[in-house]
This record gives sequence, structure tokens and C-alpha cells, in this order.
Amino acid sequence: MTDFLYFWNHFAFILLMVGGLFIIITSQNYIKKIVGLAIFQTSVFVFFVSLAKIIDGTAPILMKVEAIYSNPLPHVLILTAIVVGVATSALGLALVLQIYKNYNTIEEKEIEAEELKSER
Amino acid sequence: MQEKISTSPIFNIVSRILFAPIIIFGLYVQFHGDYGPGGGFQAGVIIAAAFILYSMIFGLKNGETLVPVKINRYLMCVGVLLYAGVGLVSLFLNGKYLDYNVLSSDPSGGQHLGIILVELGVGITVATVMIALYHSFASFGDSND
Amino acid sequence: MNFLLINFFLISILLITTFFIFKSTSLIGIVALTGAFTLVCAAIYVNLDAVDVAFTEAAVGSGISTILMVMAVAKLPEGKIKPLVNLFPSLIISVCIVIILMVIISNLPLLGDPNAPIHLHVTPEYIKESESFFHIPNVVTNILASYRGFDTLGETIVIFTAGLGVIALLTGNTLNRKTKFTKKLKK
Repeated sequence: MTDFLYFWNHFAFILLMVGGLFIIITSQNYIKKIVGLAIFQTSVFVFFVSLAKIIDGTAPILMKVEAIYSNPLPHVLILTAIVVGVATSALGLALVLQIYKNYNTIEEKEIEAEELKSER
Repeated sequence: MQEKISTSPIFNIVSRILFAPIIIFGLYVQFHGDYGPGGGFQAGVIIAAAFILYSMIFGLKNGETLVPVKINRYLMCVGVLLYAGVGLVSLFLNGKYLDYNVLSSDPSGGQHLGIILVELGVGITVATVMIALYHSFASFGDSND
Repeated sequence: MNFLLINFFLISILLITTFFIFKSTSLIGIVALTGAFTLVCAAIYVNLDAVDVAFTEAAVGSGISTILMVMAVAKLPEGKIKPLVNLFPSLIISVCIVIILMVIISNLPLLGDPNAPIHLHVTPEYIKESESFFHIPNVVTNILASYRGFDTLGETIVIFTAGLGVIALLTGNTLNRKTKFTKKLKK
């Protein structure tokens, strides 16, 4: 049972990542696709941060007393990645709004149909 | 398309009361980042949240008079240039790029100064970019068509 | 042991939320679920000792990101999302990826193992120097601004560029597709 709890983070990371990928592939709606991308990203963040954890450790803010600190390096990488992730997903949302302005829909199949019509 | 401006007194008064404390908390997070959790990224977002709250309650027009679009765009560049400028200053002081040891006579003090300046640059960039994101999303579709 | 149980519980909530995002057919519902998703993520990070990351996730992920998504959805028409496509092929791809990753994961060190390779190199020196040389208690700030200064400079420029891109896309004088199309016809 404890072994399972120790492995649960890694296993859940796989399920989250595949879940995000599944949402990206199967949904036609662009907003939902962007949410899928965010889930995909989050799975990697959780994986990185769970690699940094040391059992019985504390947060990497130094104290006067002797203590075990968790690894701060993955925290730094993920901290910047979160802010960049939001900025890039905002860019994606801006693209979706422009697509809606030009095609009047944000469903993939309808945009394809419209494109085929205007090609002729 | 006319933007709806909230007339509810609860929103008005609560946002007026909260505006200053949010900014003070943002500044605390910015400058206390060396000693506790926090830093430029978080502080920038918190300060941006105060201005976004203001433009959500009092309308985009009032928000844009509080933070003019032009000044906001200049500040975006100032943040990035401040970060890159610290690197250049350490180059001119016979150090390596972004090597803060040479910024002050004592290496440890130089590191402190460099980290504070760099975090300030990050904070300014993040805050202004988030405000710019909100303003451009809110103003989309109002002017043309 | 408490730590492991809380971790198990929170991550299970993440998985359940993902399932409901997958099933949901209303746009605003998806946005609300995403906000909940990121808030649970922040709780997970606190449990895993990453307080700085949790702070960022709570402020950026569930604050600004949700506001931007609501703003975007408010400009779009209401209505139900179209049904899912390509269910069967993507199921095959997903199962393949799960099997491959399971093989890799069985070789990784367990959660919280102090002798994992990641904890042995570089970081002990960072923590030691942060105490003796920098006199800055928060090691994360120290690494972010000083040891990995170039990295953070790059990230700042990426944020700046994304902001420029959004400004250009949403407030610039972009050509409408139809006007472009008629121009092409006139030629």
C-alpha cells in the first residue's frame, strides 16, 4: 500500500498528461484545446516539483536550526514556466478571438468547411 | 457595443477599500522576496491584479485613464531593459554579463543589489504585461466593426 | 505518512477535475473548472514544499489566467460545444503513450528519496553558498536571480514578447479576412 502511495505521483502525472493530450486531439472547440494544453503543462509541473521533494524536508528557506531542505532548483524552473505558460495561453486566446472575428465560429470542422467554400 | 459599468455600492466600496492594500501587499512580496516566499513574478501579478480590479469595477475607460496605454507600453520595455541593463553595467565594471559581484565593493553586497534590481525589472515587466493583456482583451471588438 | 495521504487525495481531485473538463460541454463551465484545477495545483505544491511555486500558481494560474479566459469567453457567443471527434484513434495513441511512459517510470527513484541523483549534484553547493556567501535565506530567489540569471532574462523576454503579440493581435489594425479576399478577387 505504501509503495503504491509513493508511486502515485508518477502514475497520476502520466494520466494527466495523456488526459490533456486526449482533450487536445478530440475536441473541436479551440478554447477547450487551449485548456487541454494547460492541463498537459500542469502535468509536467507537478512531475518536476514532485521530483524535488525530500521526505521529512522543509521548504528551501534557510533557518537558523539545522534542517533538511527540498531541492530548490526544479522550483525555480517551474516558477518561471508557470508565468510564461499564462502569457502564451493568453496569446492563444487572442488568436482564437481573431479567428472568431474572421470566421464567426471557433469550431474546427466549421472553419474547414468555410475555407473549402472560399477556395472554390 | 456599450460596456456595462457596475453601479452596485458593494462592488464600488469594496474595490475602493481593497485597492491600496493589494498594492502594498504586492510591494511587500517584491521586496521581502529575499527572506520569504515571493519575488518579482508574484509581486508583478499581484500589483496588476489591483489595477485589473479597478478597471473591472469602474469600466475600461476609467482604468485606461488610471494607467494610460502609452505609459504602460513604455514601462513594459523599461522592465526588460532594467534587467538587461544590470548585465551591461557589470560588463562595464570588468565583470562578466550578469555577474553581480562587481556591482559593489563587497561581493556579497553586490549580489544583494543585483538581485533586488533584477527582481524589480521582472516585477515591472510582469505587472505591465498583465495589465496590457487585460486591457487589450477588454477593448477587443469595441472600436471596429 | 500524512504527507503521502494528502498528496494522494489532492492528486486524485486533479484527475477527477480533468475528467469533468473532458466531459463538459459549456465553455464557461470549462473555464470555472480550470480555475478550480489550478487552485488544487497550488495546494499540491504547498504539500510538496514548493511554497514559491504555490504562490505563483495561486496568483497567476487561478487569478489572472481565469480572468483572461472569462474575458475571452465573454466575447464569444453562448452555445454548446460540438461533440468530440477522432475518439477511437486518439484512444489507441493514448494507450500506447501510457504503456511507454509506464516502462520509463518504473526506473525512476521513488517520491522523496534523499539519495536520488537530482539531490546529489549542484544543489547542495547552492544551499551552502546561499547561507555563507549571499546571506539570503530564500534559496529560490537566489538561484532565480543570480545562478540562473540568464534563464530568467530569457523568460522575461518571452513574457514581454507574448504581451507584444497580444497587443498586436487584439488592438492593432488587422485586416479582415473578407476584405483581404475581395482584394484578391479584384486583382
